[in-house]
Amino acid sequence: MRLDEHELLNMLPRLRRYARALVRHKEEADDLVQDTLERAWLKSSLWRGVADMRGWLFSIMHNLHADGIRRPRIHTIELDDNTPEIPIAARQGEQLAMRDLQAALNQLPDEQREVLLLVALEEMAYADIAETLNIPIGTVMSRLSRGRERLRIVLETQAKPVRLKIVK
Amino acid sequence: MKNPTHTVTEAELHASIDGQLSPARQQEVEAYLTAHPDEARRMQSYQAQKQALRDLYNPVLNEKPSARLQYAAKAPRPWHLQRIAAGLVIAISSAGSAWVARGMADENMLQTAFIQPSTRNDGPHKLADFAQRAAVAHVVYSPDTRRPVEVGANQAQQLETWLSNRLGAPIKPPSLQSVGYSLIGGRLLPGERGPVAQLMYHNASGQRLTLYVTQEITPQTHTTSVFQFGQDGPVNVFYWVDKNMGYAISSGSPQADLLRVAKFVHQQKIMM
Repeated sequence: MRLDEHELLNMLPRLRRYARALVRHKEEADDLVQDTLERAWLKSSLWRGVADMRGWLFSIMHNLHADGIRRPRIHTIELDDNTPEIPIAARQGEQLAMRDLQAALNQLPDEQREVLLLVALEEMAYADIAETLNIPIGTVMSRLSRGRERLRIVLETQAKPVRLKIVK
Repeated sequence: MKNPTHTVTEAELHASIDGQLSPARQQEVEAYLTAHPDEARRMQSYQAQKQALRDLYNPVLNEKPSARLQYAAKAPRPWHLQRIAAGLVIAISSAGSAWVARGMADENMLQTAFIQPSTRNDGPHKLADFAQRAAVAHVVYSPDTRRPVEVGANQAQQLETWLSNRLGAPIKPPSLQSVGYSLIGGRLLPGERGPVAQLMYHNASGQRLTLYVTQEITPQTHTTSVFQFGQDGPVNVFYWVDKNMGYAISSGSPQADLLRVAKFVHQQKIMM
């Protein structure tokens, strides 16, 4: 079995979704995806032994993200604070909550955010997450538990002042 | 049935939200949650959180990945890695001489080659720069049979509007019918700092000629300059500066023929 470019193309939207949730800026997320794809082709000779292509790709992305060693690139579009980061498919009233969620998610440590996102977005089995992130399954569970609780607390505490502003 | 209270772990509570328990165990955990409303509320909150994350990020799935990502997903081929070099290969094989390769290796040498000692030299350095780029662009694109231009002459209005917008200055491809050349079309090229335009023409015998138009000229050469002529290998280049614009005409046709065309083009109003 060889690394197949059609499969890779099919995985592209999911890699982008995960990267977008993992890093703050759209361009930065796409950089991470591009680095992941390039690394995947570079390592494609090792591909033969890997059964789970998704796990393999996400693990490459995880390693690149964790190392933080990525090629600097010149961006043609500079993002500022007013640039919407996410295409928000929500009604007006819900937009604020969406922004809140994104901000809250950014407050989690990377290690918790990764587990949370692989569970929520990829619906990955805990055992696969353990393999993808190269950590014991017990660690997956404790990061998931701490991440969810922390996100809940951050959302609850940040929701209040925002509501007050709206009412006023 | 034994009371599951003491046996339900935190991990199992999460697994119940994520559908990662066996059906039997799922039932037991749900029974536990019914008996523990606080825990049930906490799990509901996590579940809502999970759904909110999906609502927030799933729209990304419907975005069209940028070209660079689609490109990166494709299997690398040796020629992909050498796209810039490919221009060189075409140039060398079509020109049948090594001048382009030499120019790449040593810009100064090529510049020297372009400038006749007799020409004026107030700022010929920069003139040679753009003339050099024009010559290379000619050698790269004019042999292209499949896609010599980006926008064809059959879409003349579109070509004019597009190039004008991208250059930031109104440009009108001159008609060279009276000197025997008809417009094939044009393309946008990267210059030194920004976009430049290349217009391509051909005559009845298929000989191609390109007109290169650029705003990238140095301040000291911004006044109107005389024609300059450069030549090496089979490519002849006439170039001049007029009203802050640099123009270069490149072709493989004989110098006399090219001069005839260059003089004609020089009289045309290209920039509106």
